[in-house]
Amino acid sequence: MGDPAVTGARSPGGGRSGPRRNGGGSGRNGGRGWLFLLPAVAVYLAFTVYPAVSTLQFSFLEWDGVAPPAWAGLDNFVRVAAEPMLGRAVLNALVLIVFFTVLPILLGLLMTALLAGGVRRGTAFYRVVFFLPQVLPLVVVGTTWRWMYSDDGMVNQALGAAGLDHLGRAWLGDERFALAALGVVGTWLMSGLCMMLFMSGAQRVDPALHEAAAIDGAGPARRFLSVVLPGLRKEIGIAGVITTIAALASFDLVFVTTNGGPAGATNVPGLLVYRLAFNEGDIGAAGALAVVLTVLVVVFVGGIRLLVREDA
Amino acid sequence: MRPSAAGQALRYALLNLMALAVLLPFAGIVLAALHPSGSRVDGVSVPDRWSWENFGLAWEEGGFGDLMLSSLIVSGGVVPLTVLLATMAGFALSVLGVWGGRVLSLGFVLGLTVPVELLVIALYYNLREVGLTDAYLGVVLAEVALFLPFGVYWMQSHFAGVPRELVESARMDGARDGTVLWRVLLPVSRPAVTTLTVLVFMWSWNQFLLVLVMLQDPSMRTAPTGLGLFVGRYGTDVPLLAAASLIVIAPIVVVYVVFQRSFVEGITRGAVKG
Repeated sequence: MGDPAVTGARSPGGGRSGPRRNGGGSGRNGGRGWLFLLPAVAVYLAFTVYPAVSTLQFSFLEWDGVAPPAWAGLDNFVRVAAEPMLGRAVLNALVLIVFFTVLPILLGLLMTALLAGGVRRGTAFYRVVFFLPQVLPLVVVGTTWRWMYSDDGMVNQALGAAGLDHLGRAWLGDERFALAALGVVGTWLMSGLCMMLFMSGAQRVDPALHEAAAIDGAGPARRFLSVVLPGLRKEIGIAGVITTIAALASFDLVFVTTNGGPAGATNVPGLLVYRLAFNEGDIGAAGALAVVLTVLVVVFVGGIRLLVREDA
Repeated sequence: MRPSAAGQALRYALLNLMALAVLLPFAGIVLAALHPSGSRVDGVSVPDRWSWENFGLAWEEGGFGDLMLSSLIVSGGVVPLTVLLATMAGFALSVLGVWGGRVLSLGFVLGLTVPVELLVIALYYNLREVGLTDAYLGVVLAEVALFLPFGVYWMQSHFAGVPRELVESARMDGARDGTVLWRVLLPVSRPAVTTLTVLVFMWSWNQFLLVLVMLQDPSMRTAPTGLGLFVGRYGTDVPLLAAASLIVIAPIVVVYVVFQRSFVEGITRGAVKG
């Protein structure tokens, strides 16, 4: 949902905000302004910054939540790297990026290429439909897909209709397919968002550029690749950031569909953080895994921003 | 370049296909909810008779009266508080200008990347000490803090776009900070505030992990967390589960349809602006 690592957050007109802040006599308000900021800063410090630092501290402890904690050094981080279950969860989250991020972006670009400029009527309807998955609680999305993937669910029904009965199975119960099946839910969730972001970005492209390219003899595919795609850099970056965070930090969806099963095939870091901290009383390991997850998110978000930078 | 009629038809066919892919699961659960409770539902299928009683049954069995009330209490606290604090902070950061404002803005923006998983462990074990677990106040404040980074960023960039003449002429008339915000800026900020309000309502209504951890008392759970546990108990009764799911999404779907422009603007512009 956000666009971090960008200090241009004070846009639009970031360039003008500097002088404005100091101009018009408002610069004198440096102290009074704090009265307006204080409530937000206090809540943010107490309920985001402090817990984040606190979790970091926990990650260096051996603590069950009841007995006095003991210092554990880096043991918990070593366990995240060494214990197969924990490492597997991190790998699973990375696999989910393919389904939550890569596929939706490719699909969104394909749809934009095919549709750009040609769709004028009924856009309001399509907009409402394609954004719908973004609005619904993931618990409901998960409950729905759990049923769709079941033995007598919609997926097997569709396979049957296509004469592929023999491929039918309880998808989320099959160790080989469960993670991919969850991933497909992510593709379903994110494709509409990517497509809408790209379509609105493509509208900004100057039609004259299109025509110039057409006159130069560029076909539709060529025009998309060299005229539209470069203009979508920013939108692709945003779609990448939003969807990658959703993939890495997924919890709700997995909790209601597979709860990590079968045999740990769909464990993700979020799920294990919850289980370790609140079912197994292994708060140190939970903290370490949460810290690793956060570092992953920051690295990926930073990497994506670097990739799509205008001057790259 | 005028698209050909055939090309047009093909484009709409493609769009409709994708819209169908999005809507099919919903059509499926709406139909499933109308099957008799406990019956087997084969994929998308039209029931022999419409069984409306599932909604009443799910409401009773799942205790949705309490769950919905809980959800309303949490959202009722989170939404106004987040919007108020974000508006004040955005005003201070972009119009008043404060010492250290740049660093603070960055601090809030960094919060956008923090996954809930990093916060819940400490939130639970620290707030347990002060009696704020199993208390609406604890969840409300935790959610406000979670949504503030976006809220502050959103209001700050909104206020930065308001013509400065508006503020300056009010200043000339001797208006103080509070008057500038409430009487001058807010009246022209209705769209931005509406968008923030509906987004925060959505995030608060849908919030799962934080509530699951912070409100363990079954009578205090919110609708989505209640549904998460309902799935565990009634996992095989598809019609009942479908009805329960529809109950949980009803408020958010209504708000979405009414305020769809605000939602779409918030989700796309909120991201793209940066």
